[in-house]
Amino acid sequence: MSKKQKMSGAEAFVECLHKEHVEVIFGIPGGALLPIYDELYDSDIRHILVRHEQAAAHAADGYARATGRVGVCMATSGPGATNLVTGLANAYMDSVPIVAFTGQVPTSMIGNDAFQEANITGITLPITKHNYLVKDARTLPDIIKEALYIASTGRPGPVLVDLPKDVQTEEIEFEYPKNIKLRGYKPTSKGHPLQIKRAAKAIMEAERPIIYAGGGVVISGAHAELLALAETLMAPVTTTLLGIGTFPSVHPLSLGMVGMHGTKYANYAMTESDLIIAIGARFDDRVTGRLDGFAPNAKVIHIDIDPAEISKNVAAHIPIVGDAKNILKELIKELKRKPKSKWSEKIEKWKKEFPLEYDRKSKEIKPQYVVEQIYDLCPDAIIATEVGQNQMWAAQYFKFTKPRTFITSGGLGTMGYGFPAAIGAKVGCPDKTVIDIAGDGSFLMNSQELATAVINDIPVKVAILNNKFLGMVRQWQELFYDRRYSATRLDTSPDFPKLAEAYGALGIEVTKPGDVRSAIKEALASDKPVVIDFQITPEENVFPMVPAGAAINEIIDYGEKI
Amino acid sequence: MKHTLSLLVENKPGVLARVSGLFSRRGFNIDSLAVGITENPEISRMTIVVEGDDRILEQVIKQLNKLVDVIKVSDIKPESSIDRELALVKVEAGPKERPEIMQIADIFRARIIDVGTRTLVIEITGDVSKINAMTDLLRRFGIKEMVRTGKVSMLRGAKAVKEE
Ligand SMILES: Cc1ncc(C[n+]2csc(CCOP(=O)(O)OP(=O)(O)O)c2C)c(N)n1
Repeated sequence: MSKKQKMSGAEAFVECLHKEHVEVIFGIPGGALLPIYDELYDSDIRHILVRHEQAAAHAADGYARATGRVGVCMATSGPGATNLVTGLANAYMDSVPIVAFTGQVPTSMIGNDAFQEANITGITLPITKHNYLVKDARTLPDIIKEALYIASTGRPGPVLVDLPKDVQTEEIEFEYPKNIKLRGYKPTSKGHPLQIKRAAKAIMEAERPIIYAGGGVVISGAHAELLALAETLMAPVTTTLLGIGTFPSVHPLSLGMVGMHGTKYANYAMTESDLIIAIGARFDDRVTGRLDGFAPNAKVIHIDIDPAEISKNVAAHIPIVGDAKNILKELIKELKRKPKSKWSEKIEKWKKEFPLEYDRKSKEIKPQYVVEQIYDLCPDAIIATEVGQNQMWAAQYFKFTKPRTFITSGGLGTMGYGFPAAIGAKVGCPDKTVIDIAGDGSFLMNSQELATAVINDIPVKVAILNNKFLGMVRQWQELFYDRRYSATRLDTSPDFPKLAEAYGALGIEVTKPGDVRSAIKEALASDKPVVIDFQITPEENVFPMVPAGAAINEIIDYGEKI
Repeated sequence: MKHTLSLLVENKPGVLARVSGLFSRRGFNIDSLAVGITENPEISRMTIVVEGDDRILEQVIKQLNKLVDVIKVSDIKPESSIDRELALVKVEAGPKERPEIMQIADIFRARIIDVGTRTLVIEITGDVSKINAMTDLLRRFGIKEMVRTGKVSMLRGAKAVKEE
């Protein structure tokens, strides 16, 4: 297959994507991408026209999170490219493998403030794992192969490739590269055997161990090893927001989520532990709370593929750099079974004493109830979320049992992420039900994608927990700003079911708790995209909650005073 | 504390921006930065001198290592390295001051490389403290202009900052 073929840069581009098994691109065309779009016209690579480039990036991201494969998005030069920025930053913060291709003005015009020119490689420097400006079409095949490789290996992340228009039309002798040579990029995957031995010793000596699992476990596919580790040690497992789904939340050893809106028992267990086994988690400030009050008596074993995460926020006593799955496999070999202990009993007591609570007898629709009913009617769904209270209720009340079923913007906290991400997830997993649990504020940030969902027959469901507020911000105003609801009222939102109907989707309004289940059933039965507008208690709050600046054991429950 | 970092990087556009971006984000001021090609034309070497909190600098070094275009980063210790900097100093020098200035240059093994009617340009090479000492002495004559290359460093003996 070493025969060289003559072709244009645009043809080579499509050929490269074929070779990399890219099956779908989310994008919007423009002047600087005309040659490539002309090639895509006859190609069997599926192109999904979104209605805003931000949604292209989020859809590629949702696709990647749901499938574990690289998501691809595309935008034209200038405003198209800058519209991708939030999506790239979002993927960067959550280590999601996406590759963004952008059109660029011809190489001869770069730097001249040409029409629709933006220095997108400069702009995205701090929010991409790597980026490229292609100046010579002959380098295109190498660059595309590298871009997909870099995005998906080591600690994954977004890569951007900027494609000047003349590079797309230039004739080259095409040959697809077999190998990649990157002197400066060699991610570590195997853990250091000595460190693993030290970790095993510390684990066997610990009396109050806790396993703290993050998004790295999802990426590595280490959920089975995580389960084996927990059961070998009879150790409790708590997860980060992005770690949700790596450990079955119905398992007796599960503590649910830790941190600001984690469970009381996860936060108590973390605080009192004498050993934290952190796996693919980065001790984010939303997890640790006030650092000097965080697990004061714990030793820390930190397993992460990214050496820069080790001891960044919390000092690690035993760092192990490498792929979580590899490391856990080796680690488990070094361990002996441990029986239930006093520690287990203490945790079980906490779990009984401090369950998640809300007013189950209310005459109003409670958002927690809606989430519970969605779980009850569709436990195998992929759940995407927007950002705010809706996100936390989804994290707390849906009982996730499998990785890659919870798709949420963790690090950046991007409102407007969930709906396009759900579209991407549904494209990647067409046989699964995909539901975006949304807020009324967030949904409007990318609601134009109803057009994308309807026209491309991508039947995602949106469950708006409509509190007529920017709820999470309102909650903070209620608790810390004397109920002064500055700029958080959303009583002028559109009629969501009508909005859905205007796009050709199905809209359902629900105002009574008694209608919640039938509405969900109707949505699930429909083969269309559906928007359900659940009119929930406007001033419902997310609890438990760790106030800003507090230690995580200073956690406040439903009905308690701040 | 001051640190001297030696970086092997791909000789490609944009590398400097990637590297310097990581320092500016953490609020580090770069004292000096020297870049040039190595024995391999595809690879450049940077010597960066920075001052700042050691813990944060350690973070920055880890972040530098993550850059795809950065091949190797070493924090070079002064005990185990030799370093040099070059400076050109343009000094006000009327006929009366000239002999004294030339004497100073001589003592520092610096060279006069340009003579004007009222100025001299002195080239000096050495470690940073030597250059500082000479410029301190020249200050009272009036330094019209000065340019320094920034420090370049190399490990002593057979050890080298090399791609692994
Ligand atoms: C793009 C963006 N802008 C602003 C914010 C700040 N913010 C965080 S939560 C929130 C309110 C979200 O409101 P809504 O979508 O209605 O969800 P709720 O909290 O009511 O469930 C806001 C404004 C954000 N996270 N993202």
